[in-house]
Amino acid sequence: MNDLQDAPPEPDASAAGPETWELRLYVAGRTPRCLVAIANLKKICEEHLCGRYWIEVIDLATSPQLAKAHEIVAIPTLVRTAPLPKRKVIGDLSDVRRVLAGLEVEPTPP
Amino acid sequence: METLIFDQLPPVGEQNVSNLRSLPKTPTGIRGFDDITGGGLPRGRPTLVCGGAGSGKTLFGLEFLVQGAVQFDEPGVYIAFEETAEELTANVRSLGFDLDELVAQKRLALDYVQIDRGDVAESGSYSLYGLFLRAAHAISSVGAKRIFIDTIENLLGGLLDQDVVRSELRLLFRWLKDQGITAVITAERGEGSLTRRGLEEYVSDCVVLLDHRVIDEVATRRIRVVKYRGTTHGTNEYPFLISPRGIDVLPVSAMSLEHAAPIDRIPSGVDRLDTMLGGGGYYRGSSVMVSGTAGTGKSSLAAAFVDSVCRRGQRALYFAFEESPRQIIRNMRSIGIDLAPWVDQGLLRLHATRPTLFGLENHLAYIHEQVRDFEPQAMVVDPITNLNAVGGHADVKRMLMRLVDTLKDREITGLFTSLSNGGDTMELRDAGMASLIDTWMLIRAIELNGERNRALNILKSRGMAHSNQVRELVLSSEGLKLTDVYLGADGVLTGSARLSQEAKDLAAERSTAEDVEQKQRDVGMKCRAIDARIEALKAEHEAEEADLKRFLLGVQKREVKRVEVTEAMAKNRKADAQGEGTALVEGHYE
Repeated sequence: MNDLQDAPPEPDASAAGPETWELRLYVAGRTPRCLVAIANLKKICEEHLCGRYWIEVIDLATSPQLAKAHEIVAIPTLVRTAPLPKRKVIGDLSDVRRVLAGLEVEPTPP
Repeated sequence: METLIFDQLPPVGEQNVSNLRSLPKTPTGIRGFDDITGGGLPRGRPTLVCGGAGSGKTLFGLEFLVQGAVQFDEPGVYIAFEETAEELTANVRSLGFDLDELVAQKRLALDYVQIDRGDVAESGSYSLYGLFLRAAHAISSVGAKRIFIDTIENLLGGLLDQDVVRSELRLLFRWLKDQGITAVITAERGEGSLTRRGLEEYVSDCVVLLDHRVIDEVATRRIRVVKYRGTTHGTNEYPFLISPRGIDVLPVSAMSLEHAAPIDRIPSGVDRLDTMLGGGGYYRGSSVMVSGTAGTGKSSLAAAFVDSVCRRGQRALYFAFEESPRQIIRNMRSIGIDLAPWVDQGLLRLHATRPTLFGLENHLAYIHEQVRDFEPQAMVVDPITNLNAVGGHADVKRMLMRLVDTLKDREITGLFTSLSNGGDTMELRDAGMASLIDTWMLIRAIELNGERNRALNILKSRGMAHSNQVRELVLSSEGLKLTDVYLGADGVLTGSARLSQEAKDLAAERSTAEDVEQKQRDVGMKCRAIDARIEALKAEHEAEEADLKRFLLGVQKREVKRVEVTEAMAKNRKADAQGEGTALVEGHYE
């Protein structure tokens, strides 16, 4: 499932300042909900964390042992691994406001 | 496949105990629990264990897993939502389970699931597939046959979308069932419902309720199988203990009355009492109750029984709620019963506790444990009524019933003393208990003529031609003795009244005997006098006869002489004829 781990290019990470958002999205296979979550995440990052993020998609269907190791219960789960502390958002990320609140991201005004 | 077949099984008859086998069961290994459920938890199905905080839910589940791994070669998975793995390992090690060891041997897999509400934001729909994956991974890593999920409803508290969680839980339980895994799921007890969050809705095959309540400042743990689909089970509340060995569901009250009925007897320790019971004593394995007011000799009767049991080399267990073991030994010496050697030889165990030390059920559990441990032939509880201090009369009766069942099951003869308050209500008060008892004796104190004595009678004794007589129980330095009592105008006579009556009787007996002797003497003398006279008369009679004989002899001699003389005279006269002379003689006579 390496095709899911499509870390987007980091266009101007250096220009964006010191803070890079490292996000991990845990999914299980290519279920519609997981695909929706991936799409939503990309969209949110593009809009609000433009150039300051790094996404890793982990498919627990192929590496189930990570569920225990990374404390995952719900699918999909988004984890902010940096900056610390860790933050978790579960769900297909369709509620943008909550995702931003959960990740403690200042929304970029449209 | 298997689970599907079970689903199609119709529920078996509620009463049909022999159908217990129709549903495959997984033994928990928890002492006593497998008995009340007829073999354990439903195999391949989830069981809900609910109870309040500190009721022993986690321990129940852990013991289920540990016993499974150790005793039944069924590896298990523990998924904890509450404690961390480290906390838990430490906690259960104090109970003698070494989880680390089992984990190292791949007989147990642990997974600690952290659900922190403040930590997680929710956005859009989700599933709990991650949890499924973790469970599946843990199960496959050890080849688990058992799983324990503790306490899954924390999920419901930790996640906002209740609908999702509920439907996911339903899925999880369905999935576990499909895997054929025997699951134990714990849940918090709710107000007015079994569980706070209605989990019983999802796990409906078997529901076990644990309870920890405090009555009169005494805490008691109880367990009850609320529901067990497709099988009979004990529906009562059973007390249980958390002992150093884990959970002890105790005691197992028999679901049916199928005790053996031995016909051999066990002596009561009082000879006359054995006779009153139709010879030989109590039936082995029967239950005996001795009722009486304070100081009537109940404990002494119990001690005599114990003494006779030990004397035959058998084991006896004595539970005292009033006196300490040393006190008992000292006091019984005063009536000629020395229990100390039996204690030294390990034939007698004396246990003394204050009834209020712990709850009724704990007492029962303790007794049960001792019985199991010591395997005595006889047991005494002295007095059982003291337990009223920690439980209602009905509770004590229930306890007694369980105890009696246990003893009968093991063919242990049980003797219980019952302290009555006296008066007419005494018999009534004990009557409720007496229905459980095979042989019931009553010792009454009879107060008369300024003294107090003890009267014993047998109120009932099942299956024995027992005496209907009242006997006086006499305690002396030579032991216990039963003697006859006298029925007088004022009722039964005991003590001095009896002694004086006995003396009177003796006197009367004596005087009669003297009369007879006198008469015999008199008659004897008379007879001897008569005999003497008979002898005298006989002698006189003989003398007379002899006299007559002599006389007749004289007459004869004289006649012979006369004839000789006549003949001689005739010769002299030269009588010519014999006749002449003769005529002369005849003429002489005229």
